[in-house]
Amino acid sequence: MSIQVLVFYLFGTLLTLSALSVITVRNPVYAALFLVLTFFTSAGIWMLLEVEFLAITLVLVYVGAVMVLFLFVVMMLDINLSRLREGFARYLPVGILVALVMAGELLLIIWTKGAQKLPLGEGNPDGFSNTAYLGERLYTEYLYPFEIAAVILLVAIVAAITLTHRGRREGGRYQDPARQVQVKRDDRVRVISMPAVDNKERDA
Amino acid sequence: MDMQSLMTLLLTVGKILLIVVPLILTVAYYTYAERKVIGYMQSRLGPNRVGPWGLLQPFADVFKLLFKEIVLPSSANKFLFYLAPVLSLAPALAAWAVVPFDDWLVLADIDASLLYVLALTSMGVYGVIVAGWASNSKYAFLGAMRSAAQIVSYEIAMGFALVGVIIVAGSINLREIVLAQQGGFFDWFWLPLLPLFMIYFISGVAETNRAPFDVAEGESEIVAGFHVEYAGAAFAVFFLAEYANMILIAALTALMFTGGWLSPFENVPILGNTFIAQPHLLWFLGKMFFFMFLFLWFRATFPRYRYDQIMRLGWKVFIPITIVWLIAAAVFVLLGWVEQGV
Repeated sequence: MSIQVLVFYLFGTLLTLSALSVITVRNPVYAALFLVLTFFTSAGIWMLLEVEFLAITLVLVYVGAVMVLFLFVVMMLDINLSRLREGFARYLPVGILVALVMAGELLLIIWTKGAQKLPLGEGNPDGFSNTAYLGERLYTEYLYPFEIAAVILLVAIVAAITLTHRGRREGGRYQDPARQVQVKRDDRVRVISMPAVDNKERDA
Repeated sequence: MDMQSLMTLLLTVGKILLIVVPLILTVAYYTYAERKVIGYMQSRLGPNRVGPWGLLQPFADVFKLLFKEIVLPSSANKFLFYLAPVLSLAPALAAWAVVPFDDWLVLADIDASLLYVLALTSMGVYGVIVAGWASNSKYAFLGAMRSAAQIVSYEIAMGFALVGVIIVAGSINLREIVLAQQGGFFDWFWLPLLPLFMIYFISGVAETNRAPFDVAEGESEIVAGFHVEYAGAAFAVFFLAEYANMILIAALTALMFTGGWLSPFENVPILGNTFIAQPHLLWFLGKMFFFMFLFLWFRATFPRYRYDQIMRLGWKVFIPITIVWLIAAAVFVLLGWVEQGV
């Protein structure tokens, strides 16, 4: 067994275990952290396939940005676990159905694609730039799907902002940075000249 | 494992030590330099008791911290409490793997090294959040939330600034980015990307939670931010991570905007082929130390920002400017005002 295969199985085991932990641990913060580990190990597996760009982007986008926000929300919310468990029996049939459909889809892909044995770590030729290749494909062959995905994301951003943005409240107090910057000393402090007082004379 | 791969392994470990040991020593003396520089800027002497001119002060500090007890707060989450310092130190050190010190002096010359640095620096925030949450203290948690929100916000501006560098350099490999700046002082990227250069460095200061953006540890409000419950060696690790990150930001600024190891006097006719005009490791270190000095200078000069001002600066000033300048940079390259690539 070559080292690559060994590393693959190590990462694969870790990936499966941490993915399982995401849905089994009780503490939601632990669940979120296990999800981070899951993303990280899958990035490691992609690295084995020599797709540097995708692996690093996975870490950058999911670990570095998405999961941070997830953790934020999970930590800020006071999640009541017992109330979450209440609906377990009710949602179980739907959950099983969804799980079965997803498993079926996965099996279908493994059935069709699994027949072609994918070589592991065949290795790219020297000087091959994964990033350049990906960029070339994305902006030539797959330009339209790429652009459409971008537009969908943009629409999602605009929609999220319109849904949550309430605007400024009428009569609310807020700071105007432009006016704050223009403040001069004389607007805030007044230096008054006062005649000196002789203490001895006053006390007498 | 055969002999050859064992040798490669040992060689790599040796190279890693060759980077990490000087880095940690630099961190130790950076704290000394910080206290001295700020001391002189404020008409004080700074540390001057341990060793000549106080030069052994960093070691005294390190030993003090190592021998102190690590106090575990009674209701803290033990595992995450001890994991947090590791989570913040690991990315700060791992990012150095791809930093080229000279044309050939780099541990891993990978294709997407700039992206790798960006991905790893974005992971440092986990140490902060986990530390704040695991401490089970409201001050630590408030500090962690402030710090994390600030880091995430400024990362966007930083990322956009780096896209500008990528456009002009035509590469996301740090070594090639430096080589694309050949030609002397005015061929470095600071000139065509001046706004991005400034935004990158200021965001770097905010990203490392340094003054004037140090609300995360604002002494007068929340004591010490996310690491308020940490003592001894665990605190020292956070400290190490913060300073290693500052040095990393300084190194990256030197690489991407001021020509890395290239000499500023390249192609100056009088100097010709003298060593001053040649690229050298010392040029890189000199530039890096200059940016490290700026961190200290900022701290001695500026009062702390208010929190809403920090957020406004990040989201409403820096991000729009970077986007506009990205388009400008693309136009520069298109019109041939800036030559793209090596």
